[in-house]
Amino acid sequence: MEIIISNSSDKPIYEQICIQIKSLIMDGTLAVGEALPSMRALAKDLHLSVITVQRAYEDLTRDGFIETVSGKGSFVAAQNREFIQEEQLRIAEALLQQAAEIGRTHGISYERLSSILQLFYEE
Amino acid sequence: MAEENSIFVHDLCKHFDGFALNHVSFRVPKGRIVGFIGENGAGKSTTINLILNELKKDGGEIQLFGRENTASSVKENIGVVFDECNFHDVFTALDIEKVLSGVYKSWDGNLYRQYLEKFQIPLKKPIGAFSKGMKMKLSIICAMAHKPKLLILDEATTGLDPVVRDEILDLFLEFIQDEDCSIFFSSHITSDIQKIADYVILIHQGKIVFEEQKDDLINHYGIAKCGKEKFASISPEDYIVHREGSLSIECLVRDKEAMRRKYADIVIDHATLEDIMLFYIKGGATCGD
Repeated sequence: MEIIISNSSDKPIYEQICIQIKSLIMDGTLAVGEALPSMRALAKDLHLSVITVQRAYEDLTRDGFIETVSGKGSFVAAQNREFIQEEQLRIAEALLQQAAEIGRTHGISYERLSSILQLFYEE
Repeated sequence: MAEENSIFVHDLCKHFDGFALNHVSFRVPKGRIVGFIGENGAGKSTTINLILNELKKDGGEIQLFGRENTASSVKENIGVVFDECNFHDVFTALDIEKVLSGVYKSWDGNLYRQYLEKFQIPLKKPIGAFSKGMKMKLSIICAMAHKPKLLILDEATTGLDPVVRDEILDLFLEFIQDEDCSIFFSSHITSDIQKIADYVILIHQGKIVFEEQKDDLINHYGIAKCGKEKFASISPEDYIVHREGSLSIECLVRDKEAMRRKYADIVIDHATLEDIMLFYIKGGATCGD
């Protein structure tokens, strides 16, 4: 498992941890039931304060990505990966629909929009 | 859920000629690292000496692990490190162990050896031949080897190079792997505190200016920069302190996102702990809120 923290990013550090662990779970690097490092161990590895890591773990728990068993640690929750992907797809669809409407009303070509999307995706 | 406190200070007062500690209150929750910052002479060492009962307080309350700090049993649970190494030059790390294992009932020889090895401190070399960084690491290892629940450090990282300071931060994080343990450390090297502290307390002229979660400070505080004309349009409630330069005006703001929304064409930078400390001290802000 790899986590890379940027100190110059606009995103708060707890959010960076949260996003990266989510993507590790979504792409299967972290399997269901797998134990995450303890909050204190992760804080030590990343040279961060415990509260920062705690906040990230709390958000991950709230969003259903991990489960914390007191005294045992945190584990990747047995959620349905397809379900989460489906849900995120719906959000993306809505945003793309909006982009398509803007394009249509203002005469921006489909090719132009799709090349922009491609650019963002590959970023 | 209320967190248990390792240190609880309430309304602490101490008067000297020309300096007074004024109604100081703060806490160090169990399992946390709390950084204590302020300029030289702000009252950091006085506060620490009062906590350790090396100085007599004039008023207020100091509790360690929920008991009066004067109780005899609390000392065994505290490890203390000052900015100077107090071991005699002719001693070796081995000699020190002989002395300290007699002083502390809970001395852990294995742990001591483990730390020495990990931080490359020679066992049989006289301390007089140590570098400043090695001496400091040895002092901290000694403070940790009797397995205290609380480490109190006064300017322990001052005067050390960044490599050694980083190793010391490692030692600190190692120490709080046990969630019953906490660290209270004073420093004016704010970057160390910015890295690992959970809470930050700023003291200025014997008064506590703020006691906040470090993440809140770093994530929310910002520095707004603008010209004089623009500055006139900013409402005084929107910033904490301002500093006037010849070319621009800088303001410390509590919520940079809200500021960005409200004033579209102002540059707003992240604030480091050092910026925040400088603004509060040099900007002449009113204390406390």
